[in-house]
Amino acid sequence: MISLSDYLILSAIIFCIGLVGIFVNRTNIITLLMCVELILVAVNTNFIAFSYFLGNEAGQIFVFFILTVAAAEVAIGLAILTLLFRIRGSISVDVTNSLKG
Amino acid sequence: MINTVQFDTASLMVALPEIFLLSAIVVVLLLDLFLTKPFKQVAYYLTQLSLLITGILSFNLIGQPETIIFGYSFVLDDLASVFKVFMMAAAMVAMVYSRHYLIQHSLFKGEYFVLVMLSILGMMVMVSGYSLLTLYLGLEILSLSLYTLIAIARNRAGAIEAALKYFVLGAIASGLLLYGMSMVYGISGSLNIAEIATFANSTVLASREILVLNFGLVFLVIGIAFKLGAVPFHMWVPDVYQGSPTSVTLFISTVPKIAAVAMLVRLLVDGLGSMQPYWSDLFMVLAILSIAIGSIVALMQTNIKRMLAYSTISHVGYVLLGFVTGVITGYSSAVFYILAYVLMSLAAFGIIILLNKKGFEADLISDYKGLSKHSPWFALMMLMIMLSMAGVPPFIGFYAKLFVLQQVISSGMITVAIIAVVFAVISAYYYLQIIKSMYFEEGDKETTVNAPMDMKLVLSINAVLILVVGLFPDFWMKLALSLF
Repeated sequence: MISLSDYLILSAIIFCIGLVGIFVNRTNIITLLMCVELILVAVNTNFIAFSYFLGNEAGQIFVFFILTVAAAEVAIGLAILTLLFRIRGSISVDVTNSLKG
Repeated sequence: MINTVQFDTASLMVALPEIFLLSAIVVVLLLDLFLTKPFKQVAYYLTQLSLLITGILSFNLIGQPETIIFGYSFVLDDLASVFKVFMMAAAMVAMVYSRHYLIQHSLFKGEYFVLVMLSILGMMVMVSGYSLLTLYLGLEILSLSLYTLIAIARNRAGAIEAALKYFVLGAIASGLLLYGMSMVYGISGSLNIAEIATFANSTVLASREILVLNFGLVFLVIGIAFKLGAVPFHMWVPDVYQGSPTSVTLFISTVPKIAAVAMLVRLLVDGLGSMQPYWSDLFMVLAILSIAIGSIVALMQTNIKRMLAYSTISHVGYVLLGFVTGVITGYSSAVFYILAYVLMSLAAFGIIILLNKKGFEADLISDYKGLSKHSPWFALMMLMIMLSMAGVPPFIGFYAKLFVLQQVISSGMITVAIIAVVFAVISAYYYLQIIKSMYFEEGDKETTVNAPMDMKLVLSINAVLILVVGLFPDFWMKLALSLF
């Protein structure tokens, strides 16, 4: 039998991979979007695990909303990325450095 | 009790402002498709009208007893109604200023107004959110609209870069906030704020349960700090303020801050109020760092939008100080501060937009040299705004700081109050620097003001209000005190 803590540890690991990926990655903004998705997957795992072990459906409903919002979020992210590519000709994280001080 | 969702007219009336605004958004969005070039202004006037009506509808709901509808996920109380009225007023003023900017820089499009109204709808849901789900959805409606709003200037490299930075950091912040929410849900077994509060208040919490609540709480605080732009989660603020079109900066720096404070109140004061000793400590660190870094880094800026971004960060520090006290008058002082800040910030960015011309952004501090020679009236307005932000009496900024520091001192945190005052003095330097270049330096280029009459009028009223409310702060203070 898989216990609640196993799920929580798994989601914590996924969460950390996502978070570390965002800060380590310097080459490609699409990887950044993937890392953001990993964070959301970790959250979803948490919600579903809690929901199952609490016997309370609200958590699973929440997951549906997170999935929907994540889809909208990625759509907007990719649109912005396309604009950036059109202007800079690259989607490397390093091209976003004109604003500083 | 959760599964009784009622959709009768009486419960819908409570959400009338939101429902009206949503319908107005759809109307403007569709109508804009059929408007030919000479009639594009119609979208603007319809937006203003919708905001006005939404504001009036919210105003009529002030004084109603607290009502919770839609399966315990949407609350109507005085805090929500008063915040909504202020948000509508601020948004209307922001739209008046924006129109001049949008026309000057050929950004005048119907989508702009639709996106602004959508983000306001998101903020209204946030202000009234009474479950983790509604709060999250409101936040996302707001954020997604704002990312798009920045990217509306799609030929400007700076704007796209700002949009991307805001998007990535905003998405991380939402992720962290959600992780905290999942922890709070897991331990309390409910998404709704009232039940979370009942759970957190119960005296029989095991130490393991307190640990998990605390763990979730840290993530919630980080998420909120990101949205408010408190140090060390402020990295996006200066870049977004500088890169965005000024009319969008004006909007981002004002109305969403009210909504973020409302979310803070819902999650931490209403929901996890009994965990106050834990989150107060976190806020203390955030507040002091924000005030310090906001004051010091702003000294070196040459771009006025970037400077105002750091000034916002330090203002957010004062707002958080109000929450650190953990007493009701402290929370009121924070609300008073944020409303005062919105009034000042609107006027400050209004002046920047006022000087805008085609191909001239007026975003360098050196652009303000000699402003007092050719438009003495608006130089005077800018003088009042800057003095108010620095916290000089009798302007509203002084009373806001005084009110917060009073509460901090009466909670026995004298050291914190002294640190805050020292940094307020340091920050006066960069506000005075602008006044110096306006009054004592010769301008090398002629900056003329060619803004329309309505904008000049609203801007003057806005700036004079800073003085008037500063002279008679009683009414606003009583209002802020009545909200908790």
